[in-house]
Order: sequence, then C-alpha cells, then structure tokens
Amino acid sequence: MYHLSLYFHFVKLRIRSQMEYRLSFVFDVFAQASISVIDFFMIALLFNRFKELAGWSLWEVGFLYGMIGVCFALAEMFGRGFDVFQRNIVRGDFDTVLIRPLGTFFQVFSHEFLLRRLGRIAQALVVFLIANSQLTVTWSITKVGYLLISLVSGTCFFIGLFVIGATSCFWTVQSIEIINIFTNGGVFMGSYPFSIYRWWFRHFFTFIVPLACVNYFPSLFLLGKIELSGTSPIGVQLAPFAGFLFLGVTMLFWRWGVLHYQSTGH
Amino acid sequence: MIEVENLSKIFKVYHHRKGFFGSFVNLFSRKHHVVQAVDEVSFTVKRGEIVGYLGPNGAGKSTTIKMLTGILVPTSGSVTVNGYIPHRQRKENAKHIGVVFGQRSHLWFDLPVQESFELLQRIYRIPETRYRYNLEIFDELLNLGDFFQTPVRQLSLGQRMRADIAAALLHNPDVLFLDEPTIGLDVVAKARIRQFIQKINAERQVTVVLTTHDLDDVEKLCKRVILIDNARLCFDGELATLRRLLSTERLLSVDYAEVYSDISISNAHVIYREGARAQYRFSPEEISTADLIGAILQKFKIVDISVQEPDIEELIKTVYEDNSLIVPCGETK
Repeated sequence: MYHLSLYFHFVKLRIRSQMEYRLSFVFDVFAQASISVIDFFMIALLFNRFKELAGWSLWEVGFLYGMIGVCFALAEMFGRGFDVFQRNIVRGDFDTVLIRPLGTFFQVFSHEFLLRRLGRIAQALVVFLIANSQLTVTWSITKVGYLLISLVSGTCFFIGLFVIGATSCFWTVQSIEIINIFTNGGVFMGSYPFSIYRWWFRHFFTFIVPLACVNYFPSLFLLGKIELSGTSPIGVQLAPFAGFLFLGVTMLFWRWGVLHYQSTGH
Repeated sequence: MIEVENLSKIFKVYHHRKGFFGSFVNLFSRKHHVVQAVDEVSFTVKRGEIVGYLGPNGAGKSTTIKMLTGILVPTSGSVTVNGYIPHRQRKENAKHIGVVFGQRSHLWFDLPVQESFELLQRIYRIPETRYRYNLEIFDELLNLGDFFQTPVRQLSLGQRMRADIAAALLHNPDVLFLDEPTIGLDVVAKARIRQFIQKINAERQVTVVLTTHDLDDVEKLCKRVILIDNARLCFDGELATLRRLLSTERLLSVDYAEVYSDISISNAHVIYREGARAQYRFSPEEISTADLIGAILQKFKIVDISVQEPDIEELIKTVYEDNSLIVPCGETK
C-alpha cells in the first residue's frame, strides 16, 4: 500500500508538470496519433497489392499491429524512467536514488510517466477496434481476460527491454543503441505474422526475446488460427506469460547491475 | 557508530568505443585501466562526533562517503554505519542517515521546496507532528520560509544548500554526511550553514562526517580530523594537533610603491622578489601577522599587501614532512 500510494503520488506530480503547458501537450498527443496513422497506411498499401500475407488478411494483421502498438506505447508511458535512464547516470542522479530507503527499481520506475503517449495508444487502439469490427471474433469473458493479460504482458516485455538498456548504462554509461533493434524493431516485426520469418528468427523471438509470445501467439488464439499455424495449443495459450517472465529476468539483471554502479567523480 | 576497516575501492575505467557496434562491443570487452580511489582506510567515529574528512581533489573523500552511504560497493574491507552494512542493507541504512552533496541537490528539480519536503515526508514515513516540529526548527535557523514555495531549480546556491541540509535532517537521522557543504558559498552563507550544523550536532547528538576543502569549516566545526591523500589515510587525530601545523608558516605578499634595495625584515624570510613585488615566509609563533605588517609599513611605502593561509594541499605536505604524525596504513589510532 505504501509503495502504491507513493507511486500514484509520483505519477500525479509528473502529470501535473507535463500539463503545465496544456496547449503544447494537447498538440503533442494529436501529432503523435496522426503520425502513427501513416504507419498503418503503409501496411494497408502492401495489402492493396498482395491481398494476404501467409494466410493473414489485412484486418488480421491490423489486429496484430494494434496489439503490439498498444503494448509498446503503454511501455513507453510507464517504463519511461528506464527508457531515459542514461540521462540519470550521466548526471549522477542515481546517487540520489541510492540514498533513499526505497528499492532502486521502484524508484526509477516511478520517476517518470509519459502521459503524452496517450496519442499513440489511442491510434493503436483505434486500428485494433476497426480490425476487430471487420473480423468475426466471438468474444467471451475468457477471451477478453486473455487479451488483457496479453496486453499487460506485452507492456512488461517492452519495459523489460528498456530495463536491459538501462542496466547496460552501469557499465557503458551510455545506453546501448542495439536495444532499439528490439524495441522499435520489435514493434515493426510484431506487426506481421511470425510465420513469414525464418525458423531461427522465429525461435529467437519466441524463446530468447519472447516478442512472438505477446501478440502473435495470443492473436492465433483469439482469431482461432491455432490449427492453421501448426503450433501446440497449450503452448500458445501459455505464451503471454513469457512477457512477465522476461520482465522478471531483466529485474534480476538490473539488481546485479546496480552493484556495479560506479557513480561519477571519485 | 561508524566503523571502517581496511576499506578499499578500485574503479575500473573502461575504454569506450564509439558508435553503434562499439557500444555493443563495450558490453563484452574488458579493456580497462584500474584506479585505486581508496586504499586500506580504517577509522571509527563515535556517536555525536563531528569529524572533518579532508584531502585534496581526487584524494578519495567522496568515494569514501559514497561507500558509507551505500552508493558504492567497496572492493574490499568492511564498513558499518549504525550497525548496518551500507551496501548490503542499503534501505535500512538510508533510514538512519542524512546525505548532502554540495555539488548536487537531492531534491526534485522542478518541484517547490515545500512539495519536495512533503515527498520526503511520505518516503521516510515521518509522522506529521515530528515533520511539523522539525520544519519549524529548521525554518527558524535557516529561514526556509523565504523560498519555501520556489521551485528548487530557481533557488540560489545558498538557498539550495539550506534546503538540502534541512531535507537531509527531516527524518531525524543519526548520522549526517556532508560532502563539501559550503562549496561556492559566500562568507555569510557559510557561517549560517556552520552554525546550523553545530546546533543540530549539539542538540540532537547527530554524528557528522564532513568533507571539505575549506579549512575554515574545519576550524569552526571539527574537533577531530582525518586527512586522506592519494587514497590513503595520512592523519587521524585532534584538530589541535593539526592547528599546530596550521600555524607554522604563512606567506605574505607585498607590492611596494617603489623598488627598495634592502627589504629585509627581522623574523621573516624573503622567498621571492621581482621589481617592487616581494613575498615573505614567516611563522606566527615568531612574529604575529599584525607585527610583521606594522614593521613593513614603518619602513616602506606599499601599494598592496596580502597574507596567504596554507591550503589543504600545503597542509598535507607538512604532515608528510613530519613523519611522527603519519598513521601507518591499516592501523587505527
């Protein structure tokens, strides 16, 4: 309760300072939403030519796109502290984190909250809802619950990637750019059905970096395409938990990394 | 209260590669050189003491403080503060210590001081009555009211320092670590901070560990000093002993109005002379500063005159020259 009320307090302060320039905030949210609309147009254009991709229709791909988009934007909104962590290390602000009687992960997590990602979330959500309206998914409580778990799991997955990038700062000071391959690249890759990729690529992004587990496998289940893909149904249904597991592992990595913090100056 | 034994810290400084692949290679490469920042330092501090932890730039003062506060993990040796091992029981330790770094604020940059304080109240779970009580006392001594609603980023250095020290004491810590608390402040602001530290120490029995460059800080605040140079402890003892060293020699620089042929003054040695400018070395035990200046004024016309106090670097030189004062490494006095 103590942590939760502290978290809400921090978020409240963050939101307040971001709303200080209200007009710029509103403009930003709309700009983000409209820029990312172009994203999906690119995919739609592709389908204008090919009609379908490895057995997936445009709207099914829209379903994938919407899911991964929402997850990534949520991760950027909540996991912002890790995303911009490099700044804290360079400034030496992490010293302050270490002298407070609170966990380091909690403090970095609650330090930032990027409300303006609402625009991006809205855009991805709209694509998802339109896609859904064009498809004939029979929604049950189980399926809605499963979708929500998948979205949270996907958010955890991307936050986990930010955590890896942040943790690397303890050694390299600068966040490793290669992590962008997985974050921004992950959104791109996750917007297409994984069956179009080569086997080693699929396996890497299932078992090592479980990108496929947070939207591709859940979509197979939700869209009733499990049989089509030839994957084991139990594996598909359990897939979303990989996102939570991934975040857990990155948290351990973080804990280990903190011990190697060198601070600045001597 | 604080026990430090054979404490060492070695930094590995990695050679960074630039660019996209460079940053990736950096993760796995072990190419680095080693910097020994703290070398086998031992000392103990009792409850209620104010200890000055001194040394020139880069001697390892801040690194030691960072190990005592749980910011850095020691390479070897042991530390306990209030019975806690700071890097292992960081959160527990944090509840019982207050930390102020002169170079950097621990407050929230974009929040007014008041909101920063209220956040600290939540974080440290300070009961309302104690919070109010502390705030009242700190306000009385530091005049926080003048800038209580101002965002931290808009505070002057002196105000920021006052806010930071008050913030570090809100949760009634047993130990207060101050790293260069008066750096960059003017004389008035320095005096105010010193008075405050003195008062808090006397009234609350707060143990204070203070690093500083400013010998005035030391003279006003500390009975005991620990000197560190080149990562090693080189003196641990009473300020009175150190003061004897302090008073040994001073420098006096004079710009004469004209070039005199003989500028010798008894009890002072001319160590430098160029045109109308001269520098004397003298010992206050043989001739007081006032007498020396009087003697000069009597004989010559001058344009400008100034006395230089020995600084920390010179003090350490003196300590080294007098071997009897050096504490052998690894031993505590």
